[in-house]
Amino acid sequence: MDFLQISLVLVLLLILAIPMGRYLANAFSLDATRLDRVFGGLEKGIYKLSGIRMTDMTWKQYAVAVLMSNIAMVAIAYILLRLQGVLPGNPSGIAAMDPLLSFNTAVSFLTNTNLQHYSGESGLSYLSQMMVIMYLMFTTPATGIAVVMAFMRGLTGQRSIGNYFVDLVRAHTRVLLPLAIVVTLLLVAQGVPQTMEPTATATTMSGAEQQIARGPVASLVSIKHLGTNGGGFFGVNSSHPFENPTPWTNVLEMLSMFLIPASLPIAFGHMAKSRKQGWIIFGAMGAMFLVFLTTAYVSETHGNPALEQAGLSQAIGSMEGKEVRFGIAQSALFTAITTAATTGTVNNMHDTLTPLGGLVPLGEMMLNCVFGGDGVGTVNILMYAILAVFIAGLMVGRTPEFLGRKIEGKEMKLIAIAILAHPLIILAPTAIALATEMGTAGISNPGFHGISQVLYEFTSSAANNGSGFEGLGDNTPFWNISTGLVMLFGRYVSIIAMLAVAGSILPKKPVPETMGTLRTDNNVFLVLLIATVVIVGALTFLPVLALGPIAEWLTLR
Amino acid sequence: MLLTNLRLSLVLLLICGLAYPLAMTGIAQIAMPAKASGSLITDASGKVVGSELIGQTFSDPKYFWGRVSSIDNNAAGSGSNNYAPSNPALIERTQADIASFLKANPAVKKEDIPVDLLTNSGSGLDPHISPQAALIQVERIASKRNLDPAKLRTLIEEHTEGRSMGVFGEPRVNVLKLNLALDQLK
Repeated sequence: MDFLQISLVLVLLLILAIPMGRYLANAFSLDATRLDRVFGGLEKGIYKLSGIRMTDMTWKQYAVAVLMSNIAMVAIAYILLRLQGVLPGNPSGIAAMDPLLSFNTAVSFLTNTNLQHYSGESGLSYLSQMMVIMYLMFTTPATGIAVVMAFMRGLTGQRSIGNYFVDLVRAHTRVLLPLAIVVTLLLVAQGVPQTMEPTATATTMSGAEQQIARGPVASLVSIKHLGTNGGGFFGVNSSHPFENPTPWTNVLEMLSMFLIPASLPIAFGHMAKSRKQGWIIFGAMGAMFLVFLTTAYVSETHGNPALEQAGLSQAIGSMEGKEVRFGIAQSALFTAITTAATTGTVNNMHDTLTPLGGLVPLGEMMLNCVFGGDGVGTVNILMYAILAVFIAGLMVGRTPEFLGRKIEGKEMKLIAIAILAHPLIILAPTAIALATEMGTAGISNPGFHGISQVLYEFTSSAANNGSGFEGLGDNTPFWNISTGLVMLFGRYVSIIAMLAVAGSILPKKPVPETMGTLRTDNNVFLVLLIATVVIVGALTFLPVLALGPIAEWLTLR
Repeated sequence: MLLTNLRLSLVLLLICGLAYPLAMTGIAQIAMPAKASGSLITDASGKVVGSELIGQTFSDPKYFWGRVSSIDNNAAGSGSNNYAPSNPALIERTQADIASFLKANPAVKKEDIPVDLLTNSGSGLDPHISPQAALIQVERIASKRNLDPAKLRTLIEEHTEGRSMGVFGEPRVNVLKLNLALDQLK
């Protein structure tokens, strides 16, 4: 039954991703399409209110527009968080958020990370949940989708890389808003609350008083997944019965967060006019995903040897930190998907995962290209694809080309910066945290697992994932500032570098394909791509993984 | 460019941060008011006794017990201790729980205790236990209430929710609903 329910979800995903990929390529086309008639009215209204002209941009104009709009968004978010105590829409009487935590929260949601150093129940008013959290949950994946569209236009040599404002608006009107409305209503039908009423009070069967926090939950949970955001309405995110009440909602939430990342490589195939190219990229990511998923599932079904020794049968697996309605299969699948798509929502507590089960989310965030978040994941894997072409070109002595355009020194330098930044912003702060009192003070689990907790926090920040080994006491100035900076670097270094790559490749003249051209749309390239990701992406992290989860596994066995 | 950015950000703020959640709340409250308000359960006199989806703490041996909750099922918040599998505190808690469970259920053998019953749920609010975890408490409750154990087993069977669409998730029993039905049993 476990095999059946896991494969059924993946098959459903595939069935949905194929038409979605075609739709995305169409929706962001630089030419006029029939979709303009459907969405044109609303979009024209938004353009008019904002004063947008639909002219093509250079990559520099595009990058500046991304940065400036993101600065405006983070400023709005920060101000609202600081003022939430006096603003309306606060029936439960939540106080203002302090400055450092507001900084961390605003940055976290701006960068599509959704790392949460607060608990939603007690930390945010309903107005903040709506106008800060839900707002950024739309705009940041929309930014990611815009950037990947610009990048793919550059790689496939289209008229221009496009207009950021048009892309941003279309990501809202044509993708995120319609999907969010449908998913919200499906969630409410399963029992996810959507109300402005304050916390309810019950007198339990045992006669005690029980407070039950609620709010506009469903409208947040839908976009949380569709936008690969991941920040929960409640502290425990999608393991809370109000965020994820049934196995059916669990499946819906997994499909929601995987849909756009999985359909973007297919959209890329359409834009490159080579569907096979899209499927090779998809295949490489899919193969890596299946390895991670299997590891998590097998490790969790084997349970915790320490509890077995203590006398508690582990016949059905490790249930500490998991919910009965999901069991092992739906929990392991959720964990593998949430960190592949760098969403960061959780339906079980990752801190309580068995050591190798916990290695899976860490590993997926370290690679950061196993599908990845809306937009940015596809950018990352295409970056590795160009690197693979370059390495293979050097090995066989051919000029590296990708989709008929020469890859030269300038592009490789930019890609090297983006690829090296990721381990740097994970490993350096981890070392600092482990060496200082400020960093180690937050660790809640003794031994090797403590190293994993710190490593996980920075990996999650750098990959803009946002899940956590939540035992870590992370609402301190040290963690709020350090992870805030890591999230900013993790998001914008690669976005700007890749827009520059797109701008540099776009004007190049296509070289005709010859016998000597290294093909990038066959299985040889698929293997090359995976090997590049594993060698370049994974080896950097092996030593630190040996100190954390692998050491814990060896001591528990 | 700066002005355009600011204007667009504000327009999107109004659409995504205000119009969208308020419209969704309106539709949900009209179409599905009970679910949209948190699936609250009320007793005969109209007082709220809890939510169908939120676990409650039962320690009276006359009732079915739910899962471990470090926050005592206080749904003003949510969470757990986040014990790593190698954390000694997890082992201590489990050993203490096994001992007290065996004391309260003398007919049960240690290796038969279902793992979900003595582990902390992720949310600390899990409303469910596995059917096995309910069945293992039957003897204790039957003797405390002077009931036929077969009747209790039937009750558990009636309250067992299957997998969604026959495939997804795990079979489970809602502890609060089961205990409410238990009090109705003659």
